[in-house]
Amino acid sequence: MITSLAFRLTKRFGAKVVLDDLALEVRGREFVTVLGPSGCGKSTALNLLAGLTQPTRGEIRLDGVRIDGLPPERRGFGMVFQNYALFPHLTVGANVAFGLVLRGRGKAEIAERVRRMLELVRLTGFADRYPGQLSGGQQQRVAIARALAVEPRVLLLDEPLSNLDAKLRLEMRGEIKRLHADLGLTSIYVTHDQAEALSLSDRIVILRDGRVIQAGTPAEIHDRPQTVFVADFMGYRNFFPLTVASEEGDTVLARAGALALRGRTVVPLRPGDAAVAAVRPEDVETTTEPPGPNVVRGTVRLTEYLGREHGVEVALEGGPTLTVRLAHPVTVGSALALRLPPERVVILPAEDGAR
Amino acid sequence: MRVVSLLAPSVAYLLVMFVFPFAYGVLLSLRPKGGGVSLANYVAFFLDPWQARTIWVTASIAVPNTLLTVLLALIVAYAMRGGIWLERTITTMLVLPIALGTVLVAEGINGFYGPKGWLNQALLSLGLAEPTRLTHNYTGVMLALFVQHFPFCFLMLLGYISGIDPALEASARVLGAGPWAVFRRVMWPLIAPGVAIAGALVFVMNFGVFPSAVLVGQPAGATRTIAIAAYQEAFEHYDMSMASAIAVVMGVCQLAGLAVILFLRRRMAGTGVATMGAGKR
Ligand SMILES: Nc1ncnc2c1ncn2[C@@H]1O[C@H](COP(=O)(O)OP(=O)(O)OP(=O)(O)O)[C@@H](O)[C@H]1O
Ligand SMILES: [Mg+2]
Repeated sequence: MITSLAFRLTKRFGAKVVLDDLALEVRGREFVTVLGPSGCGKSTALNLLAGLTQPTRGEIRLDGVRIDGLPPERRGFGMVFQNYALFPHLTVGANVAFGLVLRGRGKAEIAERVRRMLELVRLTGFADRYPGQLSGGQQQRVAIARALAVEPRVLLLDEPLSNLDAKLRLEMRGEIKRLHADLGLTSIYVTHDQAEALSLSDRIVILRDGRVIQAGTPAEIHDRPQTVFVADFMGYRNFFPLTVASEEGDTVLARAGALALRGRTVVPLRPGDAAVAAVRPEDVETTTEPPGPNVVRGTVRLTEYLGREHGVEVALEGGPTLTVRLAHPVTVGSALALRLPPERVVILPAEDGAR
Repeated sequence: MRVVSLLAPSVAYLLVMFVFPFAYGVLLSLRPKGGGVSLANYVAFFLDPWQARTIWVTASIAVPNTLLTVLLALIVAYAMRGGIWLERTITTMLVLPIALGTVLVAEGINGFYGPKGWLNQALLSLGLAEPTRLTHNYTGVMLALFVQHFPFCFLMLLGYISGIDPALEASARVLGAGPWAVFRRVMWPLIAPGVAIAGALVFVMNFGVFPSAVLVGQPAGATRTIAIAAYQEAFEHYDMSMASAIAVVMGVCQLAGLAVILFLRRRMAGTGVATMGAGKR
């Protein structure tokens, strides 16, 4: 059991800064997810922690002791890779035993531990198979069992579910959450999937171009994104550039032409500031209210059947498009009045380069 | 019918390129110059120490050279697996001898390592050494074969090694394997089949050594290989039948070498990773 893993890392490849002073402190038993788009430096961060790559600058402390000088084999971490990386010439049992054999454990102890690990990942009876004879989900479970067998001080997971199909991904997500809790692990999980991040984590760190944009609990990140970039990542599909008209506490009124929206702020805004209003499709509702702030009118341009609901694209009067989710079907070309509840609208500072 | 028609081209190719010449050679070898059908050529070859000795001479060049070439190629290719600085340039330089061909390489070796070659002149001018004889003897042939076969072997192994997912090495490291354990427990079992094939090919090429043995060796003595013996029968004594017999002996020796290599490969697959479980491929 560790109490903390603290690091501050910078990594450059040639002139390219891949991680720019990425600092984080992970507490024992915490599940931290690093979330970010492809190429933002997630894998690089994990490789630095594991010791597979050397940082340009920075340090890693495990319970206060610097470990950045240690080679990977002496850090006592576990790592699960996106492509599983099972040893193809070894059986499932031998794969799981790998780290234990290197640690010189006794035969009986290894056999018992391998059995327990396979039981834990629900693969009892698969010990004598070869990785090539397993499905993707089974292979990933072996990879997890192999990493857990050595009782790692920290478990690093690099997009472990991205090669699985949707159903299996959901199943394995639950499995990982269960193992983390049952075994009291300290885990750092890397993904570009917001649903995974939200469902698994105690804390989410959002990375963009090697820099932390926002960090917090899943609820904080989900409900209170501080930037358009984070909002976009968290499923806010509708963005309207506006100008702040008035401000009272943490709600503001912002306008652009005929469109007037009242909404919450996360970062303080003053009248006159350029802003962006963000709304999730599922937060928009149909209304019979007369036109006014947060009530808009438009024409249905496109509908999409989504099973429980209908995805609808509405062309608003005055130009912009609004994507919404409705419980009832509507026909293309019909007129709609929609309400954007003020408590569901987030007004963010405008930034250049995003959306 | 379909299967037959699909197989036909490759069967025809095999027949024309391998089976027919080989069968022709074997038949020829069984009809000695004196007439009749007999094993007289083979008996004569093995009873004449000057001839039979060529098997030993050839093996004493081919076996150590194969081991040396494969070992060094393996070390260099393994060291380059993660990508290194100037990789392209280095690979190109290593591979150049393939393009140059046997005779040019032999000339080069004479020019560089020969009695009046650059190496000896440099050593002499530094007052470092007596002129050493590195060519027109056993060493010369070893050098020439190494220069010709190393690039080939290196390229084969580099292809094999770079085909292995780097994540395997990474996960072995994180699981507690130092560099040596990574090689022994993960990389070697995966590379071994490639090493066996490279070794087999280098051995076969080495065993048939001819131009190098003549040009930088001592074809009348220390490096009178079995290929030279066959050549002399054919083009100095005009005894095609005897020459064929010697060629057949050479082929059998090469097959024996292959058999040994494949046997070792099997054994290694069984035991090399025994501590970690079976080594099935
Ligand atoms: N060895 C390297 N040399 C040069 N640049 C590299 C190297 N490794 C990674 N990079 C660059 O660093 C950046 C971050 O790479 P990294 O693999 O960490 O991204 P990632 O966030 O894991 O992306 P993904 O979600 O696609 O896996 C990328 O722009 C990549 O091109
Ligand atoms: Mg990655």
